[in-house]
Amino acid sequence: MSAYVLQQLINGLVLGSMYALVAVGFSMIYSIVRLINFAHGDVAMIGAFSTFLVFAAAGLPLWVIVPATLAVGAAVAAIIEFLVFRPQRQAPQVNGFITSLGVSILIQNVGILLLSAQPRSVRLPGLLRTNHDFFGARVTTLDILIVAATLISLLVLTLFVKRTRLGIAMRATSENVSAAQLMGIPVNRVITAAFAVGGALAGLAGLMWGGRYGQIDPLMGFVPGLKAFVAAVIGGVGSLAGAALGGYLLGMAEIMIVGMLPSEYGSYRDAFVFGLLILVLLVMPNGLLGKPAEERA
Amino acid sequence: MPDALLKVESINVWRGASQVLNDVSLSVGQGEIVALLGGNGAGKTSTLSTISGLLRPKSGSITFAGESGPVSLTSLRPENIVKLGIAHCPEGRQVFGGLSVMENLRMGAYLRHDDQIGADVEHYFELFPILRERADLKAGQLSGGEQMMLALTRALMSRPRLLMLDEPSLGLAPQVIDQIFDRIEEIRAQGTTVFLVEQNAAMALEVADRAYVIENGKITISGNASELAEDPSVREAYLGIETTQATGAEIPPMETSS
Repeated sequence: MSAYVLQQLINGLVLGSMYALVAVGFSMIYSIVRLINFAHGDVAMIGAFSTFLVFAAAGLPLWVIVPATLAVGAAVAAIIEFLVFRPQRQAPQVNGFITSLGVSILIQNVGILLLSAQPRSVRLPGLLRTNHDFFGARVTTLDILIVAATLISLLVLTLFVKRTRLGIAMRATSENVSAAQLMGIPVNRVITAAFAVGGALAGLAGLMWGGRYGQIDPLMGFVPGLKAFVAAVIGGVGSLAGAALGGYLLGMAEIMIVGMLPSEYGSYRDAFVFGLLILVLLVMPNGLLGKPAEERA
Repeated sequence: MPDALLKVESINVWRGASQVLNDVSLSVGQGEIVALLGGNGAGKTSTLSTISGLLRPKSGSITFAGESGPVSLTSLRPENIVKLGIAHCPEGRQVFGGLSVMENLRMGAYLRHDDQIGADVEHYFELFPILRERADLKAGQLSGGEQMMLALTRALMSRPRLLMLDEPSLGLAPQVIDQIFDRIEEIRAQGTTVFLVEQNAAMALEVADRAYVIENGKITISGNASELAEDPSVREAYLGIETTQATGAEIPPMETSS
């Protein structure tokens, strides 16, 4: 395998990791409240801004910045849930969808107002940009950390959802809200917790995104948020494993398309991504790992 | 009647624009099995849902004799009603199909923090050995009868003082119904009060001490179970053809004419 292909695979893995983190949270929120949350990518943006404009600017070390960013993402998502989505819990599904678009636009525009739309150059502290040679391909310490942190997060999330009382309660609530209430499960708190977990993962993805691409702006969350939605749909909405798989597939496909095609096609990468979505859904309407039952709900 | 554990007084409940309960009053005494009988759409499930806090009455009161005095349920959230000691085993079983049998039982004990949860699971596995065999299977893979046993056990995992059962016989084979009703009598013998909602009046009147009949959201008849079993209008409407009596066969749904 040529070093060039290996390099593309590594880039795809890194991009896919960030998509997977956002997609998993997106899917988690969908599965529990059937909400297509377009504001989810903007939580990643807020995470990125708090990382670089607050925590990194204050000179904190990375081992403080990461948990602080996770906390910001969790808090922002939980607050959005409490203020915006909870009051319309009983409303038809489409209301939540429209509202999430509204929240997304609001967050972006408040961001532009307060911080300007001009992208800022940013950089994570430490020696994260050190290059390593990996069979001829170039890998930075940050790349390795991104992939490792994503895999650890996905593992922890899986254990949380499978083993813990709160995780099982989330699955119970996503299946049958009223039966969950009859068990004494405080469903509102469980739903807030699901938003918080998803928000924490989105915040982490925002940190990674800014660190990897070296710039942040108030609109940076929109396209990755949309792609995470695509990844979640490809994987089968509501399935966490599917969302992670979809994220990696999408990241990989995107890099391969850009890397393998002549450079004049590079600017069509998003068109290819959505084309891929349409193709997958034509063949597998429920996504790769989705169940028809979840579609009906 | 013994001291009332649950007292429902003149509740009026709407679902959207239609009134589903009209001035319903009833009481369940400590240690009793009380049955609520009625056809499809008569208001049985709405009554239970209002008691457990899923529906809110527009007027009327619901009082539960809590361990530290009477508590009004009408403004409590469902989880706080469970905490008081009321378990509601919902219509159609509603086990969590994607969760394992064990996980379903853990959810039944969601509000408990004592160290007896494992011992209780063990106890119910003795009562329903089939659940032990199926412990790691997804609840959705169980048969209807097994799901009913799971739903019943899951409700009991909260160690309720009042167990409310919504049509436990629905869609089950006669032998399974017999087994479930035997368990219901045992549960009462162990000190849990039971409020039983049934369409299968023959079975329900056999185990119940007292019963109410609900039609179009109104309580129309109430009395001792043995009296109701002899009441001509109950016999006609709910016990129907004599041959269905005590066999546990499904009684045809009553017509809810206006």
